[in-house]
This record gives sequence, C-alpha cells and structure tokens, in this order.
Amino acid sequence: MDRDVTVALEPAAEASPRPLALTPGEDLLGFVGAYLGRALLLVVTCTSVLVVFLILVFVVLRSVPFLGGYDLTKFLASQDWRPTADDPSFGALTLIVGSIYVSVAALVFAVPVGILAAVFLSEIVSWKVRNVVKPVVEILAAIPSVAYGFFAILVLAPWLQEHFGFTTGTNALNAALILAVMALPTIISVGEDSISALGRELREASYSLGATRLETVVKVVIPAAHSGLIAAVVLGMMRAIGETMVVWMASGNATQIPHPWWDLSQSIRTMTATIAGEMGEAPDIGGVSHRSALFAVGVILLLMTVVLNVISEYFLSRAKKAAGKT
Amino acid sequence: MSSLMTPPSDPPPVETQYLASPPTEDRGKATVPRPGSKMDIMATAQNRKATKPLETVPAGEQAIIRSERFSLYYGAKAGVKNITMDILPHMVTAIIGPSGCGKSTFLRSINRMNDLIPHVRAEGRLAVDGQDVYDKRTNLVNLRQQVGMVFQKPNPFPKSIFDNIAYGPRLQGVRNKGQLQHVVEQSLKAAAIWDEVKDDLKKSALALSGGQQQRLCIARALATRPRVLLMDEPCSALDPIATGRIEDLMEQLKTTYTIVIVTHNMQQAARVSERTAFFYMGELIEYDRTAKIFRNPGKKETEDYVTGRFG
Ligand SMILES: Nc1ncnc2c1ncn2[C@@H]1O[C@H](COP(=O)(O)OP(=O)(O)OP(=O)(O)O)[C@@H](O)[C@H]1O
Ligand SMILES: [Mg+2]
Repeated sequence: MDRDVTVALEPAAEASPRPLALTPGEDLLGFVGAYLGRALLLVVTCTSVLVVFLILVFVVLRSVPFLGGYDLTKFLASQDWRPTADDPSFGALTLIVGSIYVSVAALVFAVPVGILAAVFLSEIVSWKVRNVVKPVVEILAAIPSVAYGFFAILVLAPWLQEHFGFTTGTNALNAALILAVMALPTIISVGEDSISALGRELREASYSLGATRLETVVKVVIPAAHSGLIAAVVLGMMRAIGETMVVWMASGNATQIPHPWWDLSQSIRTMTATIAGEMGEAPDIGGVSHRSALFAVGVILLLMTVVLNVISEYFLSRAKKAAGKT
Repeated sequence: MSSLMTPPSDPPPVETQYLASPPTEDRGKATVPRPGSKMDIMATAQNRKATKPLETVPAGEQAIIRSERFSLYYGAKAGVKNITMDILPHMVTAIIGPSGCGKSTFLRSINRMNDLIPHVRAEGRLAVDGQDVYDKRTNLVNLRQQVGMVFQKPNPFPKSIFDNIAYGPRLQGVRNKGQLQHVVEQSLKAAAIWDEVKDDLKKSALALSGGQQQRLCIARALATRPRVLLMDEPCSALDPIATGRIEDLMEQLKTTYTIVIVTHNMQQAARVSERTAFFYMGELIEYDRTAKIFRNPGKKETEDYVTGRFG
C-alpha cells in the first residue's frame, strides 16, 4: 500500500463567491414565489372542497321542506313507504334497515374472506405471486357495478332459485353476495397494505422466540395491523352502503323488513335504490313532497357514510402512527 | 425429537427454571447449576477465567455449535463461504470483522432466521447439539426456543412491556399469572432495565427509547430461557453505562448459557469473550482464543483489523 498518495482537493476560495446573505431582490422573489405558490394550492384545494360542500348543502337544503314539515319520528320509525298514494306516507325505516341489512350481510361474507386473503397474500405466497394476484384483485374494483348487476340477475338469481328453492332469486342474499364481492378488493388491498407495512423485524422477533407461523400471524401480525384492517373493513362497508345499481338490480326492491330477521331469502329495498328509482317520477313541488322526502333519505345516507368515513380515517391514522413507530 | 429438544438431564422445576443466574443484586452467590452440566464441574471455581480448561481450538466433542464448510447464499451471492468453526458451550464467542463481511449472516444461520428471506440457500453442515439445523426434520420451534436471538435493530412488538417479555413463556404454555410475573421481573432485571420500567409494565414497548428497547429485546430473549444466545451488535444503540451492564450480564450468563456476540467494538470483544472469530469477505480468516487474536494474531489480515490499520 502506498500511503504517500494524498487526494488533493481544490483549496477553498478565499472569499466565498456565493454570499450567505440574500440580496433584497432574491428576498423579494422568494417571498412572492412562496406566496403565489401557496395561494395557487389554496385555490385548487378550496375549489374541490367547495364542490363537495356545495353538493352537501344542495342535498340538505332540498330536504329542509320535508324535514321541517313532516313528523320526524314517523319518517324514521314507520315502515309505511307510500309516497305516491293519495294520502302519502313517508316511513323510511324499511329503507334504512334494508341498507344496513345488506351491507352488514355483505360484510359477514366479505370480512373473513378478505382478511384471510390479505394474510395469505402478505404472509404465505411468494412476492412474485402477490405481485400478480394483487393487481388482479384490484381490477375487480374497476368493473362497473351494472355489470355486477347483470351477473346478479342473469346468473346468481336463477342459480339461487334452483339450488335453494327460494321463491325469488333477487333477494337480500343475492345483493349481499354481490356487494361482498365488490367490497373484497378494497378489504384485500387495504388489508394487505397494512400487513405488509409491518416489515420483517416483527416477524423475526416472533419466530426467534420459537413461534410457529400461525402463532406469529395470530398473535403478532394481525394485532399489529389491526388499525389498518379495521379501516379496510370500514372502507369496504362504505362501498357496500353507498352502492346503488347492484342493490337496485339484485335486491328485489320490496319495502319490507325480513321476518324472521335472519331470512336472507326475502327481498328488501335500500335507500340508494329508492332514491335512484323514484327520483325521476317524483314531481318537483314545494313543501312535504315525494321529492323532498327522497332528499331527506339522501341526508340520512350521507350522515351514515360520513360517520363511517370518520371512523376509517381514525383507524387509518392510527395504523400509520403504529407503522411509523415500529 | 432429537437431542436438540432437551438437555440430557432433567431440568430443574419450572419455578426456578427461568434464569438460572440470579438477578444483579445477588450476583456473588452460587448459581443453580443444571445437574450434569459443565457448571457442576466448575461450581467451585471462583475465577472462571483463571481455570479455563480448554487449551486448544477447536475442542471436538464439546462444541455446542458446529459449523462444517458451511456456506449461505443470497441468490447467487454468498453471504458466508465455507465456514468451519466449533463454538464451545458456556463461554462468550465474539465475531468481528468489517461491515458486510457476513457476521450477521452467519449468526442468523444458526437459528435459521434467514428462512424468511427469499432465495436463500445453505450448503455444508451447521449443527446445534449434533442436530443439523438445515436438516428437513429439524424442529424449528424447539431450535429457536433454545437458540435465542437479539437483533441488530431493536424489534419490540407493538404490545405492552409485560406482553413483550411474556410472549415466549406464553408460547411455551405458561399461563399462570404469578409465574409470568416472576419471569418478566427476572428477565427485566437481568437485562438491566427493570428499574426504568417497573412502574409501567402496561405501557407500550414502542414508547421506550432505542437503548431501552434493545435491553427489552434482550430480556425478551432471556425469558424463553434459551441455552444459546445470539447477539447481533446488542450494544450499538446503548450508552456506556447500559453497555457495561450488558457486558456484566454476559459475564454472568455464560455460566449457564452459551453466548455468540457480533460486535464492531474491539475493546468489547476483548473484554467479554473467550474466543474470537475474525470474518472477512464472507470467510472465516482466524478463530482462536481472544487473547491470542488480539495480542498475537496468526494472520496478517487479522492483525491489520484488530490494530485498526485495515484497508
Ligand atoms: N437479505 C439479504 N439479501 C441479499 N443479500 C444480503 C442480505 N443480507 C445480507 N446480504 C449480503 O450478505 C453480505 C453479508 O451481510 P451481513 O449482513 O451478514 O454483514 P455484516 O457482517 O453483519 O455487516 P454489518 O457489520 O454492517 O452488520 C453482504 O454483502 C450483504 O450485501
Ligand atoms: Mg450485521
């Protein structure tokens, strides 16, 4: 080794050619640039927020005549939805229950399958397989819902009728199954992300203490990813509860609450399907009318999704925090 | 299964089974040796260093970890090549060498931690207690329970301090609350962190500082009561005081455990270990008694490295 070789750096300039203080011109330019940039971003952000806000205001405003003039307890607690009768009655309970009913039923199918699939993709299969399967699953989310609706009517409904002896194939079970399939991509994708984000260290810690793969998944991986998994489920539920076309086509649209409650073979009707189906024929007259009643239903739907959104945001931010700390 | 599972003699009853070495307070007192273990023979020796019985390396049948022409590949790239060395029980073996020379790779091969990395391939033989760990019939759960590990980066679970330590014992079926409490306390004391956390065992382990997390991970490894402890730069995130306590701990533990430690700190290797292995570019260059490696190394590369004249 030749130790005499030294790497010579250019000597530093005596007086620095680049002054450390800003000139007044640079100062002004920087100030204006930062100001303009911020202003531009603010305008863009405000516009999109404003649009969402305006839609909200519009829906709420149009529902005000109804909410002000109609008995609220009757609206929320009565099962009597006869908007076009001579003596109209606007009891929305069957619709509210219908929406929750199919969404929850869909989740009962989708959550175990979705979380197992997320665990499978992130824990069991190789990286290569995961990189093929995950995008394919995510494509399921891009199929238009009317296509799912066709499938519900033309394939699933006859199949259910034939194999289970249901009186009608378009019923709560049909809608719930299709909604479950539609919620799966969200649950799998968000769930897989939150499990993969955990990193190898945590699993190594578990294995090094003599845990099996099952013990590691159940005791370490899933608890550590629980915030993200809950958020995944809530996002999937939002997808289900806001879905219109599929439930309109698949649920049978009967304004009734299934009796007994667990009988999924009965037809039901959701808030979304009701609004979509009846809005066109509801005349735009003032006061308590069919149309303003539909807007009131829309307000309930909005409230429900806002609450779900807040819940999912809460858990997602917790998941992010947990991932940042580990 | 194999001899891997249990030591030849019956272990002491569960109550005393955890941490055969006593916690820091009563360090002077005699430890409870496992019947038939080397501790029995050594029990009277006041100063273990003075009566070190092993004069030659390798020492054949006594080795607890035996590596014979062992190589581990990441895809086509070798992490370690052709390592032949015997690691002896009840002493500290240090592995030193420049960054990227395969120290972690070799250490993680011993308890098969590299299994999680795709495209890893092992060649040669690496045996713990006579059981080839890369044999298909190796019981990985028992292997890892007996060969504990402290990782280069602290990796506590996002659980409470208590649950972190109790994780291993619970896997082994310990359900009794008092017993778990006992293990947790003993382990935390042994890892020199008890005083700092004893009042909030319910707190999340993630709220601890990096150095505290590392000591927690040491405590967690001790709680499963392994026979071999693999430590990958356990002190790199610790201050000198905590480092000193960890070194004391190793001194104490080696009466019952076998410790393999990777370190970048020459003084630490010289202080705590009986044997030192020098790795360079994935190969074992020299392996001998620590005093010899540092005072009178047999190879030029070793001498350059330990005297800091490397490269
Ligand atoms: N997961 C991995 N995939 C591919 N190559 C790896 C992986 N881990 C380590 N290697 C390679 O194996 C070689 C040995 O790495 P190793 O981590 O064992 O080094 P080290 O001696 O522990 O270094 P350090 O002192 O920096 O921790 C390096 O060249 C490294 O690039
Ligand atoms: Mg390393």
